[in-house]
Amino acid sequence: MQYMLLIYNQTGDVNRTEEQWDEIIPKYRAYGDMLRAREAYVSAAPLAPPSSATTLRMQQGQKAVLDGPFAETKEWLGGYYIVNAATLDEALRYAEQCPALQHGAAVEVRPVLDTA
Amino acid sequence: MTPPDVAYGVEALFRRDADRCVAVLARALGDLDRAEDAIAEAFAVALERWPEDGFPHNPAAWILTTARRRAIDALRRERRGAEKQALAARLEASLPPSIDETRGDVSAIPDERLELIFACCHPSLQMESRVALTLRSLAGLTTEEIAAAFLVPVATMAQRIVRSKRKIREAVIPFDVPPLSQLPERLADVCTVLYLIFNQGYFATAGPSLMRTDLCEEAIRLTRLLDALMPAEPEVLGLLSLMLFTHARREVRIDGAGELVTLEEQDRSRWDAAMAGEASGVLTRAARHGTDGPFQLMAAIAAVHANAATAAQTDWQAIVTLYDRLLELAPTPVVALNRAVAVGFAKGAQDGLLALDAAASDGRLDDYSPYYVARAELARRAGDEAVAKAALQRAVALTKNERERAFLQRRLNDRN
Repeated sequence: MQYMLLIYNQTGDVNRTEEQWDEIIPKYRAYGDMLRAREAYVSAAPLAPPSSATTLRMQQGQKAVLDGPFAETKEWLGGYYIVNAATLDEALRYAEQCPALQHGAAVEVRPVLDTA
Repeated sequence: MTPPDVAYGVEALFRRDADRCVAVLARALGDLDRAEDAIAEAFAVALERWPEDGFPHNPAAWILTTARRRAIDALRRERRGAEKQALAARLEASLPPSIDETRGDVSAIPDERLELIFACCHPSLQMESRVALTLRSLAGLTTEEIAAAFLVPVATMAQRIVRSKRKIREAVIPFDVPPLSQLPERLADVCTVLYLIFNQGYFATAGPSLMRTDLCEEAIRLTRLLDALMPAEPEVLGLLSLMLFTHARREVRIDGAGELVTLEEQDRSRWDAAMAGEASGVLTRAARHGTDGPFQLMAAIAAVHANAATAAQTDWQAIVTLYDRLLELAPTPVVALNRAVAVGFAKGAQDGLLALDAAASDGRLDDYSPYYVARAELARRAGDEAVAKAALQRAVALTKNERERAFLQRRLNDRN
């Protein structure tokens, strides 16, 4: 069973300073190492903020390329982890340790569908 | 045996053992919905076959085995999901089940209802879903009965139950007793669900009827079950004691005309002494463990009331002390409100009003009718009729339960 841990930043678009990154990155490294040590790690990626996003949509049968989204909510997807876990409880234990929680982000836990 | 006798026997079996069968199968499948369907089908098959074949040697084991086969067939019919096929294969490999069919009673089936309780009361489900699932799966109430008890349309309740069962399956909520590190928190969650069920029965929040005795009795039954499955948990005992103390007053809480009677005005000789006695005994058992908790403290407060022969003899100072500790453990505005009422009796109305102001200072009691009832009562005793009247008017406006509103309205009319 795989679960995706979706990290939702709550603070609007942030541009972190070098010093902030220097502080944050080792925490995520350690977190990734912990997941690997428990053979829970599947994949992970941080995402650039929504100001860099481009959205494609079909509008009246036409492909439209849009700048954004400029979401009305301040919440935005900042990255994700996919982990192996036997149950939701195990996945929640991993989510609880995610460094994102320490800097005010919410972590949503969703099962990855088995499409086999 | 004639068919009606068989039908009666099957129904009795269903009432007694269905929850246990569902628990075992749900755990094996990780799926409450499929387990319930399969068990229901197995009972339907029993109704067809047993009139001719006679009762099997171990009916519950027969039901479980039949349900397991049905569940395997259902999984096999699914087109998608390698995991489902693997699960079906695992289930099949376990056939015939490890049930000792030579033992003629239900004890041959492993009791996994505790695991089922923890799944139904999982914190990742909405509180109202936990309540509904627990009533459905462990108390055996129908969706219609639960909908009626919570005053929501049947379709709404049905959807709530379907949605939460789907979540259990899809998110793989475990059917397990949590590890020790999480047990206190998770057990408190379970106790909260049972307490909510009891309260829904006791203080029906809306509609014409004040008390839904059945829900109270279901909550007591479920709490006894939890105590039997998980003995020596002081908070479970505290919860059971609290329910029993409260339920002991059921006959006098409402008078012959169906009107509310306050604790002070209740005829204490008509409290159920046997039930209150049991409540005391249960609380004593809880206290032996030497760790207090919110439910034990609330039960202890109920015990002080039960020990007072008349309302005037109530040891209010003891109650204030218990509330002080409760407020440390559960610093909620409602606890602070109840403490203020106790202070009003222990030290006088003025002190009570001061404590009440402090309890309401953060604004969280602004729309809470019991706050205005308490304020009216304390203001009246302090001789401030204007404040008392305004507070009562606000309480009437905020109360949804018709009987309670009528009761408050009469009090208000008495003032005019």
